[in-house]
Amino acid sequence: MSNIPTDLRYTRDHEWAKREGGNVRVGITHYAQEQLGDVVFVELPKAGAPAAQRQSFGVVESVKAVSDLYAPVSGKVVEVNAELGKTPELVNQDPYGRGWMIVIKPSNAAEWDQLLTAKQYEEFLAQGGH
Amino acid sequence: MPYDNAKTYDKLIFELSSPGRVGYSLPAPDVPVEPARAQVPAAYLRREPVELPEVSELDVVRHYSRLSQMNYGLDTHFYPLGSCTMKYNPKINEDMARLAGFGRLHPLAPDALAQGALRLMHELAGMLAEISGMDTVSLQPAAGAQGELAGVLMIKAYHEANREKRTKVLVPDSAHGTNPASTAVAGYEVIEVKSDANGEVDLGDLARHLGPDVAAFMITVPNTLGNFEPRIVEIIEMCHARGVQVYMDGANLNAVLGITRPGDLGFDVCHFNLHKTFTTPHGGGGPGAGPVGIKAHLEPFLPAPVVVKDGDRYALDWKRPKSIGKLQAFWGNFGMHVRAYTYIRTMGPDGLRAVSENAVLNANYIMKRLESHFDVAAPGPCMHECVLSARRQKRLGVTAMDIAKRLLDLGFYAPSTYFPLIVEEALMIEPTETESKETLDAFCDAMIQIAKEAETNPEVIRSAPVTTPVRRLDQTRAAREPNLRWRPGA
Repeated sequence: MSNIPTDLRYTRDHEWAKREGGNVRVGITHYAQEQLGDVVFVELPKAGAPAAQRQSFGVVESVKAVSDLYAPVSGKVVEVNAELGKTPELVNQDPYGRGWMIVIKPSNAAEWDQLLTAKQYEEFLAQGGH
Repeated sequence: MPYDNAKTYDKLIFELSSPGRVGYSLPAPDVPVEPARAQVPAAYLRREPVELPEVSELDVVRHYSRLSQMNYGLDTHFYPLGSCTMKYNPKINEDMARLAGFGRLHPLAPDALAQGALRLMHELAGMLAEISGMDTVSLQPAAGAQGELAGVLMIKAYHEANREKRTKVLVPDSAHGTNPASTAVAGYEVIEVKSDANGEVDLGDLARHLGPDVAAFMITVPNTLGNFEPRIVEIIEMCHARGVQVYMDGANLNAVLGITRPGDLGFDVCHFNLHKTFTTPHGGGGPGAGPVGIKAHLEPFLPAPVVVKDGDRYALDWKRPKSIGKLQAFWGNFGMHVRAYTYIRTMGPDGLRAVSENAVLNANYIMKRLESHFDVAAPGPCMHECVLSARRQKRLGVTAMDIAKRLLDLGFYAPSTYFPLIVEEALMIEPTETESKETLDAFCDAMIQIAKEAETNPEVIRSAPVTTPVRRLDQTRAAREPNLRWRPGA
C-alpha cells in the first residue's frame, strides 16, 4: 500500500498539506507520483500569487499525462520550490520531502479541517481514489 | 543474421552529404540575374550559406525508399489505436484526389474556374450536415482540435451577441485533452465534471456546476470509455435550460453513423474528424481535416469564407460581418475534402450504417474474447472501442506500457495507453470495421499470450520490444532533455 504519513492532511486530488508554523507546505502524494509515472515538468506560480482552495495553482506533466495541481487551502503563495525547474524527478524520488511544491500562507483557518486525515485518505484510495 | 534493410538503415540524409554533389541541372537563366544583396535588406540576409545536404537524385530516392520500408502503417499492419479510428483508407480516395482538376487546381483560382471544386465542397458540407443532423457545416478547420476551437469561438460570439457574460466551459474528466486545450485557447476557464463509476457523466456534479456563468458543455459521444451516454438527451436539456450551449466532440462518430445524429440529440455544435470516420489519411501527421457543424442560430458566426450556391453557380462568400474570421490559409485541407467526399459517395447511406454496426461488433468481439484475461474498465456491451485495464498485470510487475511494447514484437501496433485518465493502466482498443475476424483473432491471441506471459515470464514483456529497429526509448529523458534537431558536427 502507498506511503501516507500520518502527520499530513490530504485532498481528493492527491495533494498533501503540512502545517509549518502559520503556513502550509504543499506537494503531491506518493500515490499521485506513482500514478503519474516519471515527472518531466512542473509549472508553479510565482511567490505572492493568490491560491484558492480546490482551484488549480499549477501543472505537473509526466510521461503519461498533464494534470492540474489543486490548492488544499486558500491564501497567498509565499514560497515556491525552484529546484523542481531543473530536477522535476524530485517529485518522484521524494514526494513528501524535496519534492514539495509551494508554501501557502492561509487566509481561512477553517479550511484545514476540511482536508482528509491520513486514515481518510487511505480509505479514499482503497475505494479507487477518484 | 540475414541482412534486414528495414532494421539496419539508420542514416540521416545529412550524413550522406558529399561536398559539391548535386541532384539537379538547371538551364542558364533567360532573365537578368541580380544578386540577393541588391534586393533583400541586409538585416534579412544570412551570414553564411545554409547547410543543405549535398546528394544526388539516386541518394535521395534510396534514402527515402529505405526509410519508407521502416514505416508501420495501416497498409502493412493492424493499428488498434483507441479513439483514433485507424481504419483502412481506400485507394479510390487517392485516385480521386489526384485528378488534375482537383490536384492541380490553384487555391486562388477565380471562382469561375473552380466550379467543380467549390461544388464538391458545398456537397460535402451538405452530406456531413445530413449525416450529423446539423444545419450547416464549415469545412475550414484543419484538424479536430481546430474544429473545436472554431466551435467554441462561435459559441463565444453567440453569447457576446446576446450580451451575455459567460466565462466557463465544462468538460468531463474523461475528455480528450484537446477539449480543455481548445477551450482555454478560446479564453474560457475550464471546469472539470466528474464521471460516475461507469464512466458516464455524474449528473449531480454537472448540475452543481451549471451556473449562469457557463458558456458551454463539451462532451464526447460515445464517451472515451467506449460507452454511449444513456442520459445524453437529459444532459443536453439540463444545459439548454441554463442557456448553456452543448458541443459534441465527434472523435467517436464512427460508432453511430446512420444510427443516431448529434443534431437530433440536441447538440448545438459538433466537429468531424475526416481523418478518422471518413477515411482520409491519419498516420504520419495527416494533414487532418476537422469540419465543424452547427445549428442555425450559430450560422452568422461561421468562419469566412463560406461556399455558397446561387442557382447553379458556386462561390466563396466573404461578406459575413459577424464571422469569427478565417482559420487558416485558403479554404481547408481540400485534398482531404475530395477523399472524404469519395468515401461517402462510395459507401452510400446503407454502407455508412454498416460501417458503424461492424465497428461496434468488432469492438465487442475483442472485449468478449479478452474480458477473462484483463479487467474491463466499464461493463459492456461497448460501442466502437473497448477499454481494458492492466491493473491485474500490474500486480505481477507488468504495466500497460510493457504490454504495448510487447505487442510490437508480436506484430501489432499498440492500443492507446493510459487514456482515458480515469482508468488505471488503461489500454484502449479500437479495431474499426475494416478488420477481418482473422485479424481480430490474431490480435486477441497475442493479447492472451501476453496475459499468460505476465504470469509465467514477465521479463519477456518488460524487455520488449526486441524485434523493432530501435529498442525501448527513454521517454523520460526525451521529455526532460528534448533534442529536436540535427546539428552539424553534433
